[in-house]
Amino acid sequence: MKVTFPHMGNLWICLNAMLQYLGVETVVPPPSTKKTLSLGSKHSPEFSCMPFKLNLGNFMEASELGADTIIMAGGCGPCRFGYYAQVEHEILCDLGYNYKLVVLEPPEKHISQLLSRIKYITGNRSWFEVIRGIRFGFAKSRAVDDLEIMAMKLRPREKSPGHTDTALTEALKLIAETRRPEHLQESQNNSAEIMKSIPTESRQVLKVGLVGEIYTLLEPFANMDIERKLGRLGVEVDRSIYLSQWVNDHLFMGLVKGLRSSSLYQRCSAPYLRHFVGGHGQETLGGAVYYNNAGFDGVIQILPFTCMPEIVAQSVLPSFSQDTGMPVMTLIVDEQSGEAGLMTRLEAFVDLLAENRDRKKELA
Amino acid sequence: MPVIIGIPRSLLFYKYYPLWKTFFEELGAEVTTSGHTTKAVLQEGLKLSVDEACLPVKVAFGHVQALRERVDYIFIPRLVSVSPREYICPKFLGFPDMVRQCVQGLPAIIDTSINMYRREGDMFRQFSEMGAHICKNPLKITAAYRKARSEMARFDSRVEAGMLPEEAFINREGIPGDGPDHRPTVAVVGHPYNIYDSFININLIKRLEESGINIVTADNVPERLVNSYAGTLNKKLFWTLGRRMVGAAYHFTDNPSIRGIIHVASFACGPDSMTGDMIERKVRRKGNLPFLNLILDEHTGEAGIVTRIEAFLDMVNMHGQASGI
Ligand code: SF4
Ligand code: SF4
Repeated sequence: MKVTFPHMGNLWICLNAMLQYLGVETVVPPPSTKKTLSLGSKHSPEFSCMPFKLNLGNFMEASELGADTIIMAGGCGPCRFGYYAQVEHEILCDLGYNYKLVVLEPPEKHISQLLSRIKYITGNRSWFEVIRGIRFGFAKSRAVDDLEIMAMKLRPREKSPGHTDTALTEALKLIAETRRPEHLQESQNNSAEIMKSIPTESRQVLKVGLVGEIYTLLEPFANMDIERKLGRLGVEVDRSIYLSQWVNDHLFMGLVKGLRSSSLYQRCSAPYLRHFVGGHGQETLGGAVYYNNAGFDGVIQILPFTCMPEIVAQSVLPSFSQDTGMPVMTLIVDEQSGEAGLMTRLEAFVDLLAENRDRKKELA
Repeated sequence: MPVIIGIPRSLLFYKYYPLWKTFFEELGAEVTTSGHTTKAVLQEGLKLSVDEACLPVKVAFGHVQALRERVDYIFIPRLVSVSPREYICPKFLGFPDMVRQCVQGLPAIIDTSINMYRREGDMFRQFSEMGAHICKNPLKITAAYRKARSEMARFDSRVEAGMLPEEAFINREGIPGDGPDHRPTVAVVGHPYNIYDSFININLIKRLEESGINIVTADNVPERLVNSYAGTLNKKLFWTLGRRMVGAAYHFTDNPSIRGIIHVASFACGPDSMTGDMIERKVRRKGNLPFLNLILDEHTGEAGIVTRIEAFLDMVNMHGQASGI
């Protein structure tokens, strides 16, 4: 059995850690590229959302590397993600791929459903070990988040452009290569050192909050590297959703409480959105309100074309922006999105934010 | 003067109108609806909604706009879930918020959440909440709810017997027994607001009827049959409308009297992208049942639709002759 899984930013670091710890052989799909996307799009329903198409592309590419089993998270709606695995599997079948599919999701009938699926993957490992494996994956996701948060702060302040990204790659590699839970702390210390050694200078920076659909927030290929682009433009970025949150929601079934997350955002999202709408639509609004309260200069919403929860959020964001004066930009991505257009839009948005700030200073 | 409650002729109007109308009327309100969708309604809707919204949602905005000045209340319930462990669509969850934030000059809104996700049983509690806007007497509310339910049950049975909703709203007598139907039967599968709103689908139903086609829709299939086919899926489908569409379509592929299937979807519709793929895949795997996938948005042109329907009907007729039906 060679297990693969879809990419979503650095998620592979956590899943790989968890599975390898449990002695499962894995095939990490090649990083998502234009080729992955066009391969996936070619065989996906026209209006499926971009993560769906990339998943499919990942599976097709992983199959060439010998993968024969897919593990995927699932869900129970209302958004499409909960039915991704089943439809993707049907498509792969019709294309002649011989994949075994294992979906880890809240059980429909009885917890034993989920447990037996986990057992299928982990074989005769004890439950104690399985839980340690999952915790290892979760610990890695937090380590990844910490590094990315550092990078978002450092990029606009780095002395030589690009230094942060080189360091981040190196630091993430340390985390990815750690095979045992007991060594993770040391790797974290070392990787933090790498980040801290980046020469910076104190500058005045603009602050932008990224909100929107989780996959496009976490996957640099999908958002065309927006964090880096903004960093280079002198913007400090924060994100409404982090990897550890996804891992908690989908691998721990939400057992870890108290991450900065859903509950805070849900409270913030009223009066604009008073009900959950699937996906992270409510967090998008809540995040926007939160960033406004926290004194950020602007908010960017990112979503894949046809993403339902985010279209609801997009519909009410203008009135948030009007009420608060907070500039909001919406970025919709699909297989036609071009880098050049994005750069122009980002530059214009950042100019606007800079003007706003200067104006506010004059008034003060 | 009775209070006037406006129900937009959009979204699940086509599924629940008799229930809602009877309930409010029994409480002494006057119920009015917006007219049929027109170009003007759509134009208004386009102004109020984001480009990315699907056509039915844009049209729904237009209907709210058409009602807002002539009613005391607009009724746009938040339809979270109408059946255990199922949803409608994220956009239904957020529709009342979208309306509040995007439409100016609204009258009072009744946007009670209907959420049956975690429980079986009836919706009395939610109806009490709805009724409380205009009536304080719990006995009256109970009676109105009962009456509304039985109206609804009669409506549902007329639809199951083969009537289309618009007809079943008015015709309370049931289907005239006109003997066996010799016309070829085509199944139309799609969300109710897409297949029964003749503006949205550019008169699809009428065109088919004028071509001598007998039409059945997913809503004409009894719940029991829908569920037994939907039950063959590896995983429960968690969209109520999608489950009905897939269950009914799978049933149609098994039913020799069905000579073709038209799947009607909204451009960029999320659930349709998944269920449509499942349906089309099933039809293709089964063999050569004629299948037409119509995708609708505000730019869909009449000419294109006509050509595609004609081509489809040619297939239906050829296929029928070949198999000697
Ligand atoms: S949240 Fe959006 S992108 Fe993600 S599965 Fe749902 S519809 Fe697709
Ligand atoms: S189900 Fe499709 S057509 Fe209906 S509201 Fe949702 S996205 Fe629009």
